[in-house]
Amino acid sequence: MNEQSRGIHIRDISKSFGAFKALDHVTLEVPQGTLLALLGPSGSGKTTLLRIIAGLEWPDAGAIEEDGTDITDRHAREREVGFVFQHYALFRHMSVFENIAFGLRVRTVPQREIIARVNELLHLVRLEGLGQRKPSQLSGGQRQRVALARALAIRPKILLLDEPFGALDAKVRVELRQWLRRLHDEIGMTSIFVTHDQEEAFELADEVVVMNHGKIEQRGTPDEVFDQPATPFVMDFLGNVNLFHGRVEKGKAFWHGIPIAYPDYPHAEAKAARVYLRPHELELVRGTKSASIENKEQSGGEQSLSAHVLRITRNGAITRISCRPHDSESELHVDLPAEAARSLGLETGENVLITPRNVRVFLPDPEYVI
Amino acid sequence: MPHPAPHTAHAGTLLGRLLIAAAVATVGFIIVVPLASVFFEAFAEGPAAWWNALAHDPDTRHAIWLTLTVAPVAVAVNTVFGIAAAWLVARFRFPGRSLLITLFDVPFSVSPVVAGLALVLIFGRQGLLGPTVEWLGVKVIFAWPGLVLATTFVTLPLVVRELIPVMEAIGPDEELAAVSLGAGGWQVFTRITLPNIRWALLHGMVLANARAMGEFGAVYVVSGHIAGATDTMPLRVEKLFQEYRTPASMSVASVLAGLALLTLLAKTIIERRIEMESRELEIARSLIDTLDDTRMGEDGL
Repeated sequence: MNEQSRGIHIRDISKSFGAFKALDHVTLEVPQGTLLALLGPSGSGKTTLLRIIAGLEWPDAGAIEEDGTDITDRHAREREVGFVFQHYALFRHMSVFENIAFGLRVRTVPQREIIARVNELLHLVRLEGLGQRKPSQLSGGQRQRVALARALAIRPKILLLDEPFGALDAKVRVELRQWLRRLHDEIGMTSIFVTHDQEEAFELADEVVVMNHGKIEQRGTPDEVFDQPATPFVMDFLGNVNLFHGRVEKGKAFWHGIPIAYPDYPHAEAKAARVYLRPHELELVRGTKSASIENKEQSGGEQSLSAHVLRITRNGAITRISCRPHDSESELHVDLPAEAARSLGLETGENVLITPRNVRVFLPDPEYVI
Repeated sequence: MPHPAPHTAHAGTLLGRLLIAAAVATVGFIIVVPLASVFFEAFAEGPAAWWNALAHDPDTRHAIWLTLTVAPVAVAVNTVFGIAAAWLVARFRFPGRSLLITLFDVPFSVSPVVAGLALVLIFGRQGLLGPTVEWLGVKVIFAWPGLVLATTFVTLPLVVRELIPVMEAIGPDEELAAVSLGAGGWQVFTRITLPNIRWALLHGMVLANARAMGEFGAVYVVSGHIAGATDTMPLRVEKLFQEYRTPASMSVASVLAGLALLTLLAKTIIERRIEMESRELEIARSLIDTLDDTRMGEDGL
C-alpha cells in the first residue's frame, strides 16, 4: 500500500433528507494522522458527513474508502471508528468503567485485558479513581473525556468528534481543546471533528474544511483559509469583515474611488463586485482629505479614504474604531492594538484617513470571470 | 368559588375544612367503603369459609387458574408488541406514523364488548377466519385462545403508551454509540435499550396485568361462560352472584381486589423509582455543571 492511499477518501458523496440536500457531491481526502476540522454553520452538512464516515448514516451516492478499501457498504459496527457524540451519549446506567469497557465487552476480550486497557485509558483522560462513578455524577468536562476514552478503547483507525466542546462552558472548552491537541500529537490518530466555532477549528486543527449548503467551500491550513479565503462565504463566515459594494473594470476594482489591482477581470465593461476588508488590515491616521492629497504625493500614489469617527470601543487588547466615510452612509470598522489607539488619542467626531493594506475582491457570480 | 389563593394553602378556614371533608367523603363512599365491604362480606363467615369457597369449589379453582394463565400470556404479548411498536415509532419517521400511534389507542376508546363481538365475528363459526381456524383444528371462540385474544386486545395500549415517551426522551444516541463500538442488534437491545427503559416497561406490564386480570366485557362475549372451562375470575364472580351465592362470590372478588391492591403497591414503588432516577439525573446535571470550572482545576487540566 502506498503512502498516498492511507487515510480516509470521500468520493463524490451526496445525501438528501427529503427535499433538503445535506451533502452535494462532496469529495475530500483526509491523510493518515491528520487532525481535520469540518467548519460551517448549522445545516451546512458537516455533521451528516461525519455520520456517514462513521456509518451511522448512508449516502445516497458516492463512496468512502479507508486506506484504499471501499467501506461504503460496511456496517458501522465493523468500521473501527471511534465516535464522540455531541452530548456524549454515555450509557447512563453503567459506571464510567463499564462505559469505557463496553466496546471490549462486546468483542469478548478477556476480563484481565479489559481491566488493564480501561485503567490505561482512565489514566490517559485523567479520570483515575472515578471508574465507579455513574455518568450523572460527573461534570461536563469529565463526561466528555469518558466519551473520548470509550471511543479510544476499541483502538479505532479514525476518531470522529461531533461538536466535541459544544456543551461545555468557555473556560473548560479552551482547556480541553489544548488537552485534545496534545493527546492527538501523542497518539497520532486520524481525527475529524465538526465545529461551528472558527476559533476552535483554527486552534486545534492541522487542516480546516469550510462547508456551506452541503458543499466544501475551501480546504486548507488555518493560515491558508484565513489569509486567502477562496469564496465570499468563507470570508463572511470567518467573521469580522467590512463588506462594501464596489465595481471592477480593466483589471482594477474600485472602493470609494480608490483603485485596487484585480487582474482576474481585465474586461472594459464595468461590473458590480464585493470588496472585503478585515478591520485589522486597515491603517488609520488623524487628518483630512486635503492632507490626504499631500500624503498621496509624499507616499507615492497610495490613496486613503476620508472618514470621521463614530465610536471607539475597547475589547481587551484590541480597540475598535467605527468610522463613517464622508462620501457614504456605510460604516467601517478599524481594529488597532489598544496601545496604538491610546497613543493616537482619537475622539468621537474627529476626521481620520484610512488606508487599506489588504483588500479582497469577489465578483458576485464567478461564472462571468473568464 | 370565592377566595382562592392564600386561604386554601392552610386548611384553617371553614371553606377549607368543608372541601377536605367533601374529598374524604367522596373517596370514602366511592372507593374505601365498597372495597372494605367486599372483604367484610368475604370474611363474614370466617377465614375457613373464605378458604373453602376458593379452594374446594372446582369451578372457582379453575377460574383462578384460568385468570392466572390468561393474564401473563396477554402481558407477555403486550410486552413484546409494546417494545417493538414503541421502538418503531420512537426511532423512525415514516408516512402513516401518527395514524399508527392513533391506532394504538383504539382498544381504549372501543367498548370491550364491541371488541369481544369483533373477535366472534372474525373467529366464530360463521366468521371471516372461522373455517380456516376450524380446519387448523384450533378452537378460538369459547376457548382459551379467545380469552387470550380478547384480553390482549383490551390491554394493548398499556405497554406501548408507557414506552414511547420514555424512548423519545432518551433518544437514539446511546444506541448508536453502542453500534459504533461494535455491538450487534441484540447486544444493543439487552445492554442499552432494555436497561434504559426497564422501569417504564415494568410499569406498563404491571398496569397491563391489572387490566388483564380484571377484564370482564370482552372476555364475557368470547368465553361462553362454560363453568370449569372458560370462566375467568371476574366471570366467576358474576356467575356466583347471579346464583345467589353471595359469600362465595365475595370470596373470589376479594382475591381480585387483593391482587389489585398488590398491583397498586407495585405501581407506587416503580413510580417512585422512576421519579428518583430522573430527579437524580436532573440534580446531578444542574449542580455539577456549575462546578465544572473548579473540577477541571482540581483535575490539573
